[in-house]
Amino acid sequence: MSGERVLIATTVNGVPHQRAVEPRMLLADFLRHELGLTGTHVGCEHGVCGACTILLDELPVRACLLFAPQANGRAIETVEGLARGPGQLHPLQEAFRDAHGLQCGYCTPGILMTMKAFLAENPSPTEAEVREALSGNLCRCTGYQHIVDAVMLAAKRGAPG
Amino acid sequence: MSTRQFGEPVKRNEDARLLAGRAQFIDDVSLPGLLHAAFVRSPHAHARLGSIDVAPALAHEGVVAVYTAADLGDYWRPGPVVVPPPPVEGAVFNERTQGPLVKDKARHVGEPVAMVVAASRYIAEDAAADVAVEWAPLPVAAELAAAAAPGAPRVHDDLPDNVAARVRQTKGDYAAAAKRAHRVIKRRFAYDHGCAQPMETRGVVAHWDAGSERLTVWDTTQAPIAIRNGLAAMLGLSERQVRVIAPCIGGGFGPKIMLFYPDEVLMPWAAMQLGRPVKWIEDRAEHFVATTHERGQIHEAEIAIDADGKILGVKDVFLHDTGAYDPYGLTVPINSQCTLLGPYVVPNYDSAFTAVFTNTPIVTPYRGAGRQHGVFVIERLLDLAARELGIDRAEIRRRNFIPPEAFPYDNELVYQDFTRLSYDSGDYAPMLARALEMIGYERFVREEQPRLRAAGEHVGIGVVCYVEGTGIGPYEGAKVQVQTNGRASVLTGIGTQGQGHYTSFAQIVADQVGVGVGDVEVITGDTAEFQWGAGTFASRGAVVAGNAVSQAAVAVRGKILRTAAEHFECAEADLVLADGRVAIAGVPGRSIALGELAVLANPMRGAVAAGTEPGLEATSYFGPESGATSAGVHAMIVAIDPETMIPEIRKYVVVHDCGVMINPLIVAGQVHGGVAQGIGNSFYEQLVFDRDGQLLNATLADYLLPTALDVPRMTLAHTVTPSPLNPLGIKGVGEAGAIPVGPLFAQALEDALGLTARGVELLEIPLSPSRLWELARADS
Amino acid sequence: MKPAPFRYVAAESLGQALSAKAAGGDEARFLAGGQSLVPAMNFRLARPAMLIDLNPLFELDYVRAAGQGGLSIGALTRHRTLERSPLVAEHAPLVAEAVRHVAHPQIRNRGTLGGNLAHADPASELPAVMLALGARFRVRSARGERWIEAAGFFRGPLATALGPEEMLAEIALPGLPPRSGTCFVEVARRRGDYALLGVAAVVTLGDDGTCTAAGLALCNAGATPVRATRSAAMLVGRRAGEREIAAAAAAVAGEIDPPGNVHATAAFRRHLAGVLTRRALATAAARAGAGARAR
Repeated sequence: MSGERVLIATTVNGVPHQRAVEPRMLLADFLRHELGLTGTHVGCEHGVCGACTILLDELPVRACLLFAPQANGRAIETVEGLARGPGQLHPLQEAFRDAHGLQCGYCTPGILMTMKAFLAENPSPTEAEVREALSGNLCRCTGYQHIVDAVMLAAKRGAPG
Repeated sequence: MSTRQFGEPVKRNEDARLLAGRAQFIDDVSLPGLLHAAFVRSPHAHARLGSIDVAPALAHEGVVAVYTAADLGDYWRPGPVVVPPPPVEGAVFNERTQGPLVKDKARHVGEPVAMVVAASRYIAEDAAADVAVEWAPLPVAAELAAAAAPGAPRVHDDLPDNVAARVRQTKGDYAAAAKRAHRVIKRRFAYDHGCAQPMETRGVVAHWDAGSERLTVWDTTQAPIAIRNGLAAMLGLSERQVRVIAPCIGGGFGPKIMLFYPDEVLMPWAAMQLGRPVKWIEDRAEHFVATTHERGQIHEAEIAIDADGKILGVKDVFLHDTGAYDPYGLTVPINSQCTLLGPYVVPNYDSAFTAVFTNTPIVTPYRGAGRQHGVFVIERLLDLAARELGIDRAEIRRRNFIPPEAFPYDNELVYQDFTRLSYDSGDYAPMLARALEMIGYERFVREEQPRLRAAGEHVGIGVVCYVEGTGIGPYEGAKVQVQTNGRASVLTGIGTQGQGHYTSFAQIVADQVGVGVGDVEVITGDTAEFQWGAGTFASRGAVVAGNAVSQAAVAVRGKILRTAAEHFECAEADLVLADGRVAIAGVPGRSIALGELAVLANPMRGAVAAGTEPGLEATSYFGPESGATSAGVHAMIVAIDPETMIPEIRKYVVVHDCGVMINPLIVAGQVHGGVAQGIGNSFYEQLVFDRDGQLLNATLADYLLPTALDVPRMTLAHTVTPSPLNPLGIKGVGEAGAIPVGPLFAQALEDALGLTARGVELLEIPLSPSRLWELARADS
Repeated sequence: MKPAPFRYVAAESLGQALSAKAAGGDEARFLAGGQSLVPAMNFRLARPAMLIDLNPLFELDYVRAAGQGGLSIGALTRHRTLERSPLVAEHAPLVAEAVRHVAHPQIRNRGTLGGNLAHADPASELPAVMLALGARFRVRSARGERWIEAAGFFRGPLATALGPEEMLAEIALPGLPPRSGTCFVEVARRRGDYALLGVAAVVTLGDDGTCTAAGLALCNAGATPVRATRSAAMLVGRRAGEREIAAAAAAVAGEIDPPGNVHATAAFRRHLAGVLTRRALATAAARAGAGARAR
């Protein structure tokens, strides 16, 4: 009694994809298992932890709270789309490496996507603003301090959003 | 000579892959023909199992199998006791461990009773919902004190009550000490530590290759070698046939070293039954009941002090909630028992605990592993003593510190590693002084606090101390090799869950072998690569594996110099090893790249001298005679709105001693992360069970993990008392930040709210705005 | 935590969406932002047989001036839009102030006003704001439309006056009279969590500085958002001074029946209601006195 499949056309990191999907497939699962983009991680499947955050038409959203058909006709960006090229890192990623802004790395892709959008809107944030923007992403390893340092470092370096 | 990497804040080798989203976590493992598992779990905390009808589940398209306990036949057996009880005289331990699927009765909500295997997790969940299970609910023993009381419903029918263990350890003669005390202060304390909630839940993928008769298991375990050995034994395979890989793991914190979880036992079995690979990924809702917790203890404790506030003795009787089973032995309560002694001279001590079975999920170590509970008791007792005697809170601690000349300090008790509790080195008074200076203690107490109070603000300060036994045995091992491409590799059995082993171990090797940190590849957690070791727990990775890595690296350095000396026909003392080359000092042009040297060290023709080992490779093992004792002082200034009871941490300071540091950036990260979990434990996180053993807040919306707005910026300082127990002088730091935050909150909030003057004491953790408000108005 | 199967219909027009809902009745649910519905589906607490995705209906996403300082807001307007809209900032600052407390930016990028109100969680901020502002809701079905006052819309926890074929289509906010001030305050365990308790206050002052109108609504204070009409009425005709405000705040406890749960006891919520009402009224009165409606 599965729902009949729905045909969707979506662009992910600039690459167009067409798939027939069961409508109940969560967008997070679609990206990870249908398209093989496993950089987006699943932490809770109820929209709290933020690990699955991706950019939908440039706005950060929870991929676990969207169904795959909702990507139809939309543009999605995931962590795999950040780097300029193979072996290179986006300036935001470089700042995270330089400031030790990750430990296990599981929450990191969701944070990178959230911060990319945040810095695009707020290129010179205060620490308080960064922490507020970060408050929708849970991290259990770092205690957030080095993450905040990384974002401030990226902003200082003029990392483009 | 190369620049020294050891001790430097080197950037991490592993970050590029993690940042790019290319690191492989358990759910990223994909195999052809992969099937997916979902469990049917008990909705009751305590219920006898009746019939199970799996037919409706099998009717779903895409379902391949549904298994119950009956299907397992002889394979069904209770899991092993991972940590046997400590060799304490008179200790009572009732071993009761979990089975892979419920057979007679469920003893906690979430215990698995059936497993569905299907083409997708979606279908498996559809089918699991249709498995019809008959349960006959039984009376529930959910709450610790109630479960310990006579006549409570029995979690294990073959036991006369719910006693899982009784252990008493003593030092000196407390009764005599109490008799001559100036004061004896006695209180009841309750400490609940919650659960780890790493960002990544658990998972297992199993693949049986019938052609080569090889089993490969990916598992988010902190102990891949133990899993490999246990699975081989259970499945009737040789160890050579089983490979366990711990992929990148999204946080461990303790519960991922618990073994054997039912899923770890069942996925390999199912893969062999079905001839197809099977994957199980725990979802967050399951995680709340299917992965272990640490939870609570109730202490009736007293401290006997003299007129100067010096401790004459401590007595503590406590209950420890072990959950429905006790596979992890008594590590947690033993840690509570031992760590209560802290950095203080406690000449007389009488500590007795009863571990109690309850109808709730199993309790095993979570970052701190029971130390929190003990530290809460002693730090609160000292605060109460300070108050009664009119002594400053920092001063009473200073008066009781073990003096620096007294090390190694014998505390006589049996510790979690079964050795005699002994502190290897430490110097506590300077740490306290430094913390007081960093928090601005004198200025705050004398000037700032009165001024702010006069302006209507409610601000308080807290200062707490603790020690932590780390770096325990039994041992770890490492194999270091310089390859023919000039890069070095390090293989070790220990697993990694984010604490930077790929970098810290590389730093050790880089210095010895003369290459850059980025040219050292570290491989951990794959039993095919290295198959001896215990695992990642008890803040021991850097100490035990780090020293094994160091010994192996030193041996490789020796081989490099020997081989090069032979090659150049010179003395080893004439050689310089740097930047990937060996050269004769002061003779330009007479040098050889390490890669070329590695080729020379593995001749394909000719004879070699007896006793020669090929290549530039060495394996070494390290096992400390006992654990290394780290220590710390935390201080905090907190403001609170007395009407809403919402706190605001204004300043947070940590002075920490983990001996010699390999990478200060990684150490700082560990402390920050630990403090964040300590803040969660103190004010945000609490597992709430009702009387029927139902967990009322089993979502991340209701079990509150601290966010970036709840964790302050921390200022850290380090002192160094090297450990004499290992060549590198290292002590562990993994759990440090989490340990003393509970009593810090209690002390600082009492101060901020002026509770002492109102006769209100904070003797429990966690607190919350609602709970604080209830307690604070108890005086009216 | 995968949802149960459902039929998926992407709405091509409002009319088509309403027809699909009429055909499906209670077994069909509208998908707007999904920030409340999808978690419920992932927990399998909600298992609609059909999901009608309203997101393609851009015509339902708007904020328009409606004369006399009022606003018309389409049901599919995202929280993010409300946060940033100059019209909302000027004419309904209470909404702008409250919406910043709703969850986190990622949620606000998707969540909609209509979806939030139709979900009717009594702990949610915006239903209380709607009560305080005297909002009216335009409700449509395949067979026609009607208007429902906010005060009659919220019927119980997660229950509204919407019939099985109906959709909340538009929210009409009346303009605030001159010399009005508003304030929304809440206490939450963490930023973005549902409030332990929240208060929305509206105060209107006459030329002589006495209060001519006052509105109070609370969230997480009962089975629905609660209008504290008696407490608000205590201020009317009086100065909005410290003593008068304290009296009104103290009276709120008698108008609410807050729940006790894992996060807070009912007694603590009742206590917070008094504290936050006092603070909200004082700020609203001060803002009214300062003359500006925008904040």
